[in-house]
Amino acid sequence: MEASAKANISKIAEALHSQTNFTKKECEHLLNMYKDITGGADDAKLDRNKFKDILHNSFGMTDDLMMDQVFRAFDTDSDSNISQEEWLKGISTFLRGTLEEKTSFAFRAYDLNSDGVISRDEMFQLLKSTLIRGSLDYQPVEEDPDEGVRDLVEIVFKKFDTQKKGTIDYAQFKSSVVDEPLLLQALGACLPDEKSADAFLCTFEEVHVPTTISYIRTGGGRQ
Amino acid sequence: MGLTLTKAADWLDNSKLDFSPSNQIILTDILKAVDGYSKNNPIGGKMKFSEPLVWDSTLKFEDFKKTERFPETSQEVAHVECHSFDMLQLVLDACRSKKTAEVRACLEGNSDPVSKILGNRYACNTEDDVEFYKQAEEDLQGEDITYEEFETKKVVLKMAMEFHNLDVRMLRSVQGLMSKDSRLSPRLVEAEFDCLKELSGSEDEQPLRDIEPVPCYVHVFSNGYRAPNFRQLQGDIAYFLVYLKDTDVICVTAGTKGWFVNKGYSKDTNDVDFERRSDLYGSLFALLRERSRHFRERTSRKSGDGETAADEAADGAEKPDQEGDADQQAAREEAEERKKDPTLRWVSLGTSEQQSQERRSARQPQSAAAAAQQSDESDSESGTDEEEDAVERRHESNADLPSEYWQIGKFVRYLKGGNQTSTIISLCALRDFQLNTEVCQLAIRDVGGLEVLLNLLETEENRCKIGSLKILKEISQNPQIRRAIADLGGLQTLVNILKEPSKDLKCLAAETIANVAKFRRARRIVRQHGGIRKLVSLLDCPALNGPTSPEIERDIEVARCGALALWSLSNSTKNKRAMKRAGVIPLLGKLLKSRHEDMLIPVVGTLQECASEPDYRVAIRTEGMVEDLVKNLKSDNAELQMHCASTIFKCAEEEETRDLVRSYDGLEPMVGLLNKTDNKELLSAATGAIWKCSMSSKNIRKFQELNVIEKLVRLLSDQPEEVLVNVVGALGEMAAEKENRHAIRKAGGIGPLVQLLTGTNQALLVNTTRAVGRCAQEKENMAIIDRMDGVRLLWSLLKNPNPEVQASAAYAICPCIDNVNDAGEMVRSYVGGLELIVHLLRSDNIKVLAAICAAVASIAKDEENLAVLTDHGVIPLLAGLTRTQDEELKRHLSEAIACCCAWGNNRIVFGKEGAVAPLVSYLRVKDPKVHRSTARALHELSRHPDNCITMHECGVVRHLLGLVGSDDEALQLAASGCIANIRRLAMANEKSRQSSKARGGGNGGANGKAVAAK
Repeated sequence: MEASAKANISKIAEALHSQTNFTKKECEHLLNMYKDITGGADDAKLDRNKFKDILHNSFGMTDDLMMDQVFRAFDTDSDSNISQEEWLKGISTFLRGTLEEKTSFAFRAYDLNSDGVISRDEMFQLLKSTLIRGSLDYQPVEEDPDEGVRDLVEIVFKKFDTQKKGTIDYAQFKSSVVDEPLLLQALGACLPDEKSADAFLCTFEEVHVPTTISYIRTGGGRQ
Repeated sequence: MGLTLTKAADWLDNSKLDFSPSNQIILTDILKAVDGYSKNNPIGGKMKFSEPLVWDSTLKFEDFKKTERFPETSQEVAHVECHSFDMLQLVLDACRSKKTAEVRACLEGNSDPVSKILGNRYACNTEDDVEFYKQAEEDLQGEDITYEEFETKKVVLKMAMEFHNLDVRMLRSVQGLMSKDSRLSPRLVEAEFDCLKELSGSEDEQPLRDIEPVPCYVHVFSNGYRAPNFRQLQGDIAYFLVYLKDTDVICVTAGTKGWFVNKGYSKDTNDVDFERRSDLYGSLFALLRERSRHFRERTSRKSGDGETAADEAADGAEKPDQEGDADQQAAREEAEERKKDPTLRWVSLGTSEQQSQERRSARQPQSAAAAAQQSDESDSESGTDEEEDAVERRHESNADLPSEYWQIGKFVRYLKGGNQTSTIISLCALRDFQLNTEVCQLAIRDVGGLEVLLNLLETEENRCKIGSLKILKEISQNPQIRRAIADLGGLQTLVNILKEPSKDLKCLAAETIANVAKFRRARRIVRQHGGIRKLVSLLDCPALNGPTSPEIERDIEVARCGALALWSLSNSTKNKRAMKRAGVIPLLGKLLKSRHEDMLIPVVGTLQECASEPDYRVAIRTEGMVEDLVKNLKSDNAELQMHCASTIFKCAEEEETRDLVRSYDGLEPMVGLLNKTDNKELLSAATGAIWKCSMSSKNIRKFQELNVIEKLVRLLSDQPEEVLVNVVGALGEMAAEKENRHAIRKAGGIGPLVQLLTGTNQALLVNTTRAVGRCAQEKENMAIIDRMDGVRLLWSLLKNPNPEVQASAAYAICPCIDNVNDAGEMVRSYVGGLELIVHLLRSDNIKVLAAICAAVASIAKDEENLAVLTDHGVIPLLAGLTRTQDEELKRHLSEAIACCCAWGNNRIVFGKEGAVAPLVSYLRVKDPKVHRSTARALHELSRHPDNCITMHECGVVRHLLGLVGSDDEALQLAASGCIANIRRLAMANEKSRQSSKARGGGNGGANGKAVAAK
C-alpha cells in the first residue's frame, strides 16, 4: 500500500477511534479491511451487496430481509452506501456495543420506514417468517395462515407498548429492553451471535474487551 | 375401524388375516363392539345395511337350528349374507364359542365393512378426520329432506361416529402392542446397563454384585455397539458379565432380538462363546429376575413390577372373549406365559397382604428398577429429605383446567414451531406468567414445556438458553418440577452448561441446579456427572472487595450462584467429601471475606452444612474462617447471623475453635442475639452456639460477665424444643461452676428445669437431666428440686427407652442423693426404684452401666438401701462387670464396689465372684480418678483376708506403694489403708506361725508365708 493511503487511514483512525469502542490500531485494521473489501480505490464505498456478503460470511446471518435492515442501520445517512465512518461505528456497536448502543442499533434496524416508530405492520413484516409453516407443532389453519404471526405480534406489542400508544417509539423500546435484555432482538436477529462476533474480533483485536451484554441482573438488582 | 383394518392389521397375500397378536386384538375389539350392539341400540340394530355383508362362514347348517330365526343363508350355510346388525347378532349367537373365527371370516370377506354398512360415503378414508366432520355437517344441513330422512341420517351418523371411535381405540391398542415389541437398540442396552450398574454393590440390599462389559469387548463403536463387526451382523449389540449374589457370574448377550445368556467368557482365550443358551428376554432385568432369586427378591420387595402386573390386568379383561376358540389358542398361551412370572413370585412371597401391596404399587407408573434405585440411595446418603415424597397432583379432566393451561400451551407451541426469534418472544411471554404459582408451574410441565425448555438448553443459541434457564430457575422452586427435570435428564444438561464461557449461563445454570438439587437423587446425579468440580471452580472470583465494574459484578454473581448450588448439594455426605476434594474450602474462606450479604448467606450456609464433618471443622478453624464468622455474627441480616451462629454451633465442638471465638470477641454478639426472641431459628442457632462455647471454662467466665444465665433462664419458657434443647444444654455446661449454680437458682431457673423433666424430646431430656444433676450439687438447689419431686421424675426417666437419657438421668440422681436430707428414706419411698436400678445393671450400653454404677455408689451409702440392693442381687452383677475395658465404667464400678462392701458378707461375695483380680489391674490405667476409686474399693475389700491374698498374688503392693506417693490425700489414705490391711494379715500370719512353731505342730498357710515373704 502506498504511503499516502496509509497516512490517510492513520488520519481517519486517529480522528474516529474515540467515537468507537476500538483502539486506534484496531480502527486502522478495520479500515484496511474496508479498503480490501471495496477494492482499494480511495473513493470506493461499501455497497449493499458487498456488505451483505460480509454479514453472511463473517457473521453467519442468513435472513435476507434482516440483512437489508442491518444495512440500513449501518447506513446512517441513507445514501445506500456505507462510508468508512459508518463502517467503524457500525462494527463498534456490532462487536463491542453497550446495551444502549445495541438497543439504538436494533431499533433503527426494526424501524423499516425510518419514521422513528415501529408499528404493528412493520412488526408483522419482521415476524412473518419466524414460524415455520408445516412444522409438526405449528400448523396454520386454512382460513388464517398468519394467525400465529399475528399472535406473536400482539405478544411483542404488549411487551413494548407500555404506554398504550399503538406504536412503539424509541423510549418505550429502550425501557423494555433495559427491563428484559432478551427483548433486544425480539424482532429478529439483527446482531451477530457471540461466537461469530468473537471469531471476527480475534482477527484484529488488540485489547480484550468482553463482547457480550449481560442478560441477567447483577449487583443492584439482586433479590 | 376402516383405518385400523387397512393400516394396522396384518394382511396376508391371499387377503387373509394373519394370525398375529395385533390382529387378535383387533378382532377381539371388533367382536366386543358388534356383539350386543343391536341390543343396546335397537334403532341402529334394525337399520338396513346399504349393502349386505357377504362372506363364507365357518358355521355348519346345524348350528343355526338352535336359533329361532334364520338369517338369509344359502342351503349349505357356507355363504352368509347379513343385512343388519340384528342379523349379525343372530349369526354370532349361532357361533357361540367360535365368534372370533366368524368375525375373522367376515372381515376377510369384506375388507371395508364400514362402507358396506353405511354406504360409500363413509368408505375408508385415510385422510384426516376433518373430512368426516365436514361430511356430517353437510349431511345434516341438506335442504329438502324430510323428518324421517333426517332421523335415519342421524342414526347413520351416530353409527359412523361409533365406528370412528372404535377405530381410534383399536389403533391405540395395536400401537401399545407394537411398542412392546420394539427391538433393542444400543441406546436401550446402555441405559439398562447403566441402571443396573447403579443397583449393584456388595451390600445385601443391592440386587446384584456387579455388572461390567466383557473385557474383550469394552470398546464402544461409533454406532453404539460393543460387539465386534462380524457379530453385529448377527444382531449382537454388547456382552456383559453379571456378577450375581446367589449364583455365579453369567455372561449375557444383548442382541437386537433381546437379551440371552451365552456360553460364557473364557479368560484363557479372552473371548466369548457366542452361542445362545437361554430363552430370549425383552430386558436384562427380566432375564436376571428369572435367573437369580436374590435379584428377584431385592427388586420385587420394593415395588411391583409395574409392567407385568399391568399386563395381567389387561389379560384379565380380555378373557371373557377368549372362550375355547381355536384361533385364540396361541394368544392365550402367550398370555399364560406372561402371567407366569408374577404369579410365581406371589406364591413365593406368600401373604395376601403383600400381594395387595404389590398391586397397589403396580399402579404407580414407576418401574421396579427406578424404585430399587431410590432405595439404594437412602443407604448411601445421609441427607435429610422432606420432599422425597412430594404429593403428585394432577388435574383429572380438561374441563376444569385454568385458562393458563391454554395460553401456556399456545406459547409452548410457538416455542417449538419457530425460529429463534419466535422462541425468544415466546420465552419472554412465558416469563410474564406468574411463574411462582403452582398452576403455571404445573401447566408448563403438563403441556410438555419442560421437555422443550430442556431441549433448548442443548442448542447453540445463547439467548434461547438464557431465556429457558430464566424460566426453569423460577419453576424449579416447585418440588414436582424438580423431579420432572431430574427425570428428563435435565441435570446432566445443566451441569454441562456450567462449562460454557458465558457468565450469564453459568449463573443461571448454577441457580437452577441450586433449586433442583433439593432432593437426594438430584444431588447424586449432579455429583456423578462431575457437577461439583465445576461448581466449585465457579467460586474462584479474583476481585472480591476491590473497586467494582460490571465485569467484576458478573464474576461475583457467578461465585454467588455457585455457592447457592453448593449449598443445596452439601446436604449429602458424599457431596461434602467431593466438594472438599475439589478444593472448596480455601475458596469458601476467600468468599467469606466478601462484603455482600447475598454472597455471604450461601457461603456460610454451605459451611454450616459441611461443618457436620470433622474435616471441615478443622479446616474452618485453620483457614481462619472463625474470625469472619464472628464478624458476620454482628451483621444486620438475621439470616446471615443465623447461619453464622449455626456454623459456630457445629464447629465449637472443638476446644480450639471455642477459644478462637472468644479471642475474636464472638461471645458478645452471640449473647446479643438472645434478645431476638421472635426469630426462633436465629434463637435456636445462637443458643446452640452459646451451649457449645460454654464448654470451655474461660468462655464461661466471659459469659458470667455478660449475665448470660439470667437471659437463658428467661428463655426457659414458651420456646420451641429446638431452642430449649440448646438453652438447657448451655445452662448445664454453665452449672459446672459453683457460682453459676447459685446464679441459676437466683434467676429462678431450677423450677422450669425440673418441669422440663416431664417432656418427651430425648435430646432435651438428656440435656435437662444433666443440668438438673449439676444444679443438685448445691444444697439450696436441691431443696427446690426435692420440693418439686424432681428426683422422682429423674428416677422415672430411668425407664426411658433411650439409653442416653437413662445414663444421663442416672448420673443426675447421684448428686441428688448426696445432697438431699434423709436420702435413704426418699429412695426407699420410690416403689420398685431399687429393683429398677439393679435391673439396669444388665443393660448392654456401657454408658448406662457406668451411670448406674455411679448411682449405686450413691444409694449404697445408706445401709438399709444397700441391704435392699444386696437382696436384689447387685453384688454378682457388679462383680460380673469388672472385666470391662471402659475407663469411665471402671471408675464408677470400683466406686460402687467400695460402697457396697459395707454390708454383710458382700466383701466375701465380691472375692468369690472374682472381682478382686480385675480391680487390681485397674491400677495400671492412666486416669488418676480411676486410681482413687479403685484404691478405695481395694481398701474396703482388703478387710477380708482372702481378698488380701488374692490382691497380693496379683501384685497389688507395687502399684499401691506408688499411689501412696500421690498428691491426692483420699487416694493416699485408701492405698496406705489397703497396704496396712495386707501387712496386718501377714503379721498375723507370721505370729500364728511362730506360735504354732512354738507348739511344735501345724504350719502356717502357704499363702500366709507368701505374704510374709514380702
